[in-house]
Amino acid sequence: MRYSAFSLLRNTLSHHKNWPQMWDNPDPLPEYDVIIIGGGGHGLATAYYLASQHGITNVAVLEKAWIGGGNTGRNTTIVRSNYLWDESAKLYETALKLWENLSQELNYNVMFSQRGVMNLCHNVHDVRETKRRVNANRLNGIDSEFLDAQQVKEFCPAIDLRGGGRYPVMGASLQRRGGTARHDAVAWGYARGAAKRGVHIIQNCPVTGFDIEGGVIKGVQTAKGAIKAKRVGMVVAGHSSVLANMAGFKLPLHCRPLQALVSEPVKPAIDCVVMSNAVHAYISQSDKGELVIGAGTDAYCSYGQRGSMHNTEGTLAAICEMFPQFRRMKMLRAWGGIVDTCPDASPIIGHTPVKGLYINCGWGTGGFKATPGSGFVFADTIANERPHPLAEPFALSRFSTGYLIGEHGAAGVAH
Amino acid sequence: MLLIECPHCGPRNESEFHYGDQAHIARPEHNEGMSDQEWAEYVYLRENPKGLFRERWCHTAGCGRWFNAVRDTVSSRIMATYKTGEEAPIGADQEGGQL
Ligand SMILES: Cc1cc2nc3c(=O)[nH]c(=O)nc-3n(C[C@H](O)[C@H](O)[C@H](O)COP(=O)(O)OP(=O)(O)OC[C@H]3O[C@@H](n4cnc5c(N)ncnc54)[C@H](O)[C@@H]3O)c2cc1C
Ligand SMILES: [Zn+2]
Repeated sequence: MRYSAFSLLRNTLSHHKNWPQMWDNPDPLPEYDVIIIGGGGHGLATAYYLASQHGITNVAVLEKAWIGGGNTGRNTTIVRSNYLWDESAKLYETALKLWENLSQELNYNVMFSQRGVMNLCHNVHDVRETKRRVNANRLNGIDSEFLDAQQVKEFCPAIDLRGGGRYPVMGASLQRRGGTARHDAVAWGYARGAAKRGVHIIQNCPVTGFDIEGGVIKGVQTAKGAIKAKRVGMVVAGHSSVLANMAGFKLPLHCRPLQALVSEPVKPAIDCVVMSNAVHAYISQSDKGELVIGAGTDAYCSYGQRGSMHNTEGTLAAICEMFPQFRRMKMLRAWGGIVDTCPDASPIIGHTPVKGLYINCGWGTGGFKATPGSGFVFADTIANERPHPLAEPFALSRFSTGYLIGEHGAAGVAH
Repeated sequence: MLLIECPHCGPRNESEFHYGDQAHIARPEHNEGMSDQEWAEYVYLRENPKGLFRERWCHTAGCGRWFNAVRDTVSSRIMATYKTGEEAPIGADQEGGQL
């Protein structure tokens, strides 16, 4: 069914009892052309573009638990493309352009809101780095501007420029086309679009092993039995090292818990996204009125999907200094997700040492914004059995060639 | 916040420590002929296991010394800490195994 004002009206008349299911829950077939492991946004987007761009529809997405239950459903939904290096700029900007038309493309409201993303500078070094990044962005055709302190205040009146004396605001970069989107809707919209084209979305189906013969992938072992496929794409974010280990190779990844929290809902108070890399704090307000706040990562390797309290305390302290009027707000919920970070804070997309097994991981603290672009280039990579030109620099082999794409400044921990 | 037992100073708050990731990685000897791939393995490729993990910590705000710990990366429970140069109380074969 196509969603429209008309379908809404018709279903209103029948008291919303007849909306069709968005996707089926089929049992897995014994064999597929392509298996995608991981039903997060990136995996579902990959399946969607395999079907819509490459006509490959005999595809299964195997999800350990429920789709969108990983980092897709846990992130603070900030979308922007103002990365430093050419390789990243192209990749993230491709994603941003896809975001701009995604609701129409999927016929599903992903609530993409280009409300503008500011990255604050608190000292002279931040100002220099930020100006450099703004200039690099503009050379790559990405909208990016530098705001001085007064312009920051005009753009976001809620900010206290003195930052309690500890975090004075000296300026910011602003990407007006950046913003937020509804994370669940992204997973569901892609799942619905893929399922409509014949892709099987199989939930509660963890992959427990790989069938590899002579270095070539033959299929996977799952909780629902063995499934064959000549091409397998692995998009499991925080579990990438675990699955790579099953397939017999290692990755340069470090898993860390990253936390976020939301406040009680209040009237509109802040209509943009404000990020501060230096103090590991970022904030926006959801349509429900909750302040959505992202904290930092814990220092150590973890798969626990929760972070420690002293991290959130540090973040909230910084938020209260910059936005004194939020001091008396209550926090409703806090949670964590396991982020898979690379030494250069850039993702890994492409071949693995196993022929026919492709990988897309390492998005770390900042992959939500890339979801459409990541799926788009990864689908193309799997369909044509070679890296998409935009994905090429992000090959696993960059760790032996030394061609690292250091994005700690643009990626940092804040997103 | 973790409570970490420094083998030199005793139990202290995590905030006194600095994390050093995977332990027992020896710099390869006779590395003149090593390939780029072998260097990549030494410099970048890591276990990053789900389950037991032998890792390094430095007691930066205390004695300043590096030591090793065995920790479960799911529960974050620290099974043991031991001095640099000592054998881990679990072997490499148990790494990634969950309790
Ligand atoms: C608190 C937090 C805040 C964040 N904020 C932002 C932000 O503001 N902006 C931004 O751009 N990014 C942000 N990120 C990062 C972003 O969420 C991730 O980079 C991105 O969601 C990764 O996408 P994914 O779809 O690949 O991952 P996931 O949604 O985690 O999908 C991976 C899936 O693989 C499944 N899986 C794992 N093992 C198996 C198995 N053995 N078999 C089958 N399936 C398996 C998992 O269950 C999971 O559903 C944030 C992350 C966190 C945790
Ligand atoms: Zn000590």
